[in-house]
Amino acid sequence: MLKLVGLIPLFPLLGFLINGIANKRMPKAWVGIIGSASIFFSFLISLGIFLSTPNGEVNTFDLFSWINVAGLQIPFSFLVDPLSMIMLLIITGVGFLIHVYSIGYMHHDEGFARYFAYLNLFVFFMLLLVLGSNYAIMFIGWEGVGLCSYLLIGFWFKNTAYNNAAKKAFIMNRIGDLGFLLGLFLIYTTFGTINYKSVMVQAAGFTTGDVTITAIALLLFIGAMGKSAQLPLYTWLPDAMAGPTPVSALIHAATMVTAGIYMIARSSLLYVLSPIAMQTITIVGMLTAIVAAIIALTQTDIKKVLAYSTVSQLGYMFVALGVGSFTGAVFHLMTHAFFKALLFLGAGSVIHAMSGEQDMRNMGGLKKTLPITFLTILIGTLAISGLPPFAGFFSKDEILAATFNYSPVVFSVMAITSVLTAFYMFRMLFLTFYSSFRGSSEQAKHLHESPKNMTIPLIILAVCATFAGFLGLPEVFSEHHLLKSFLAPVFILADAKMFVATPSHTVEYGIMIGSLIAVLAVAYYAFIRYSKKVYLLPQQEEALSVWQKISYNKFYLDEIYFALITNPINKLGAYLHQIVDRAGIDGLVNGAGRLALAGSKRIKTLQTGYTGFYIFAMVLGILFIMLLNFFI
Amino acid sequence: MGTVTQTIQAVPINHYILLASLLFTIGVMGVLVRRNAIVIFMSIELMLNAVNILLAAFSAYRGDASGQVFVFFIMAVAAAEVAVGLAIIVMIYRNTRSIDINILNKLKG
Amino acid sequence: MSHSLFYLLSFITLFFALLVVFAKNPIHSALYMVMTFFAITCHYLILNAQFLAIVNFIVYMGAIMVLILFSIMFLNLNQATEPQKSSLLKFAGVISAGLLMLTLVGAIVKTGGGDVPFELIKPDIGLVKNLGKVLFNEFLLPFEIASVLLLSAMVGAVLLAKKDIN
Repeated sequence: MLKLVGLIPLFPLLGFLINGIANKRMPKAWVGIIGSASIFFSFLISLGIFLSTPNGEVNTFDLFSWINVAGLQIPFSFLVDPLSMIMLLIITGVGFLIHVYSIGYMHHDEGFARYFAYLNLFVFFMLLLVLGSNYAIMFIGWEGVGLCSYLLIGFWFKNTAYNNAAKKAFIMNRIGDLGFLLGLFLIYTTFGTINYKSVMVQAAGFTTGDVTITAIALLLFIGAMGKSAQLPLYTWLPDAMAGPTPVSALIHAATMVTAGIYMIARSSLLYVLSPIAMQTITIVGMLTAIVAAIIALTQTDIKKVLAYSTVSQLGYMFVALGVGSFTGAVFHLMTHAFFKALLFLGAGSVIHAMSGEQDMRNMGGLKKTLPITFLTILIGTLAISGLPPFAGFFSKDEILAATFNYSPVVFSVMAITSVLTAFYMFRMLFLTFYSSFRGSSEQAKHLHESPKNMTIPLIILAVCATFAGFLGLPEVFSEHHLLKSFLAPVFILADAKMFVATPSHTVEYGIMIGSLIAVLAVAYYAFIRYSKKVYLLPQQEEALSVWQKISYNKFYLDEIYFALITNPINKLGAYLHQIVDRAGIDGLVNGAGRLALAGSKRIKTLQTGYTGFYIFAMVLGILFIMLLNFFI
Repeated sequence: MGTVTQTIQAVPINHYILLASLLFTIGVMGVLVRRNAIVIFMSIELMLNAVNILLAAFSAYRGDASGQVFVFFIMAVAAAEVAVGLAIIVMIYRNTRSIDINILNKLKG
Repeated sequence: MSHSLFYLLSFITLFFALLVVFAKNPIHSALYMVMTFFAITCHYLILNAQFLAIVNFIVYMGAIMVLILFSIMFLNLNQATEPQKSSLLKFAGVISAGLLMLTLVGAIVKTGGGDVPFELIKPDIGLVKNLGKVLFNEFLLPFEIASVLLLSAMVGAVLLAKKDIN
């Protein structure tokens, strides 16, 4: 079974080629089946590999020799170890469910085949990213998912605003990619290789706090900041909601944004060796989490709430990485993939039922008309708020426990963030499903539960979100943290250098009970405010209070970026175009031409046409040459 | 023949060169001063003959027959050139009713 | 005595050449030209280039000058129709030619070394028999090509001067 690992990315690639080339010539049913089946086969193979290596052995598969120049050897090879297996299962599993969902969601769209082609291409690149055994293949996947993100965000390309959102995503990703590339080059010059194993083996010999390692770690983290939407490169993610909802579910919840986490988990040893980088990650993750949570409090678009929630949860994962709890980060990545994909797909179901309406102020009372959607979104909300026994509880608790001993500041900020998370998620739930319907009568007529191919993935994801938490039971409940023991071989070198102190059992119980009480209290408050009294954010900007304005306008970060960066660059470009290019360089070049023309006009007069004159000139010339002979 | 040898031996080669140069210069003067195409032609023949004399003189002084052969070929070419040149002049006369070379200024740039 | 023949002939040549250039009537120019060629033929004879002298006589005086005279008479040129250059240009022309002469003479004087009369090696190379031997042994190819040249000149001349019937 292991030998089939090369087929895992191959199926989505084939799906992309078939759907992309056939485009509108194939009937929609076939397109959907081919697109989903390719991911399903990849999922089966991943499952097979997972089941055949339960002890988490590490295997490398060389597919072909890719780059073979002078001192640079980069084979195209795959690495199958516990970390990549988990990522494979998540990507293919959740990806398959989202594909099936898309068949129903995108049914009326004319770009149906193109959509599935792009989606398959995305999965292909993402699989390359997690399967690669060296940084170069990871980078191929890194860039590829950025490209597919651009293609899918701007899927409805006839709308300029969507295209701008796609451009924004791609450009911000590229800013991060610059850091990634620089880190990659530095790795090569330091270690002479970019193979994970070789790099980690050599890195073990470096001292903690080495400057080169710190530089590498920070540069790679810049790449992660761009890809995983951390402060300050996160503004593209909320704008990316311009794409179809399943795209947001797959790319901006479950897979692409987790690439940064995966990359740092892969390079765990490098990060553990540079405490400065770890502190940076912690601070950035912490700030991102709380800022995004504050912004999500006042958002009125259902997808924007979820987008900021994603940014905030990614901040959580980075904090986990920063304090050294790599397993915690991967655990939260897994549970987040489930419940965030679930929430996005559920939101898509709501939007589908509301005929495209996304403003929560026009929703309400959908509990009766969309029962399955309501139930699954409820489970998702409970999971993300951290209520037991749902998945989010265990993963969030692990992170909080890890930060408790690390620093009280970090712990309190993360605790506050989790409270805010619960608040805005319940706010979303109550505004959408409770009290009475606030939309137009037109929308009321079309309200209907989504078809089976949309609700079944929701149900499956809800089940995962419920039970996935039991993979990572903390010490207080059980001795077997399944995920930790599974991932142990991956982080063995890192764990040796850095010890994460877990709090004692009593403290841990205290954290759990404390967070539980806080979440329940906040949920009740949200219930009163949004279900009973139904407080809606006013439509006009002037009626908002100062804090609401700051939160609603995303801390004015987009405006700051425009004033500081975009506008000056545009002005510089305009200046260079008008003055340097048009007047300067064109003037020079055209001037040279005009000079030649003017000169020739003067010299033209020598050509009188009189033969006598020409002979005269000849004689003068001969004279001149002969005289020259005298003097030289 | 004895007189010939004596005559030649008495005249230094410089004088022949001088003669040829003067004849050549007179030919140049003719080309520059006259406007009649046929007279210009005759001046060109003068120039050619100056060169011929020089070549023949050098051939005699150096004992090399190539000089005289060269003169022979120059004469052949001069004959051909005159034939064609005069044909052209006749054509020009037919078109412009004059052989003033100043009339031929259509190549004025 | 031997000198004076050469200098006499040179004087005649240059005198008639000047007359060719400065005569007003083109027919006079042509006739003076014939005299110049006659003097040049005598020069060849002094140098014992007998073949060249004969050829000069026949080709230049016999053919070329006849041709020129024919064309002058054909075009009906006389002193009245003779175009005149402006005096300034005539002056400029004379000056330039004079300068050319000065340069050439100066060059000759500067090189020097040719004042001493020297031995004659082979006085007989100008004879028809000897020149003919050289012509047909070493210079056979140019000789044949010269005939082709003359043929093409003839064809060209006829073609050029033909009257268009249409």
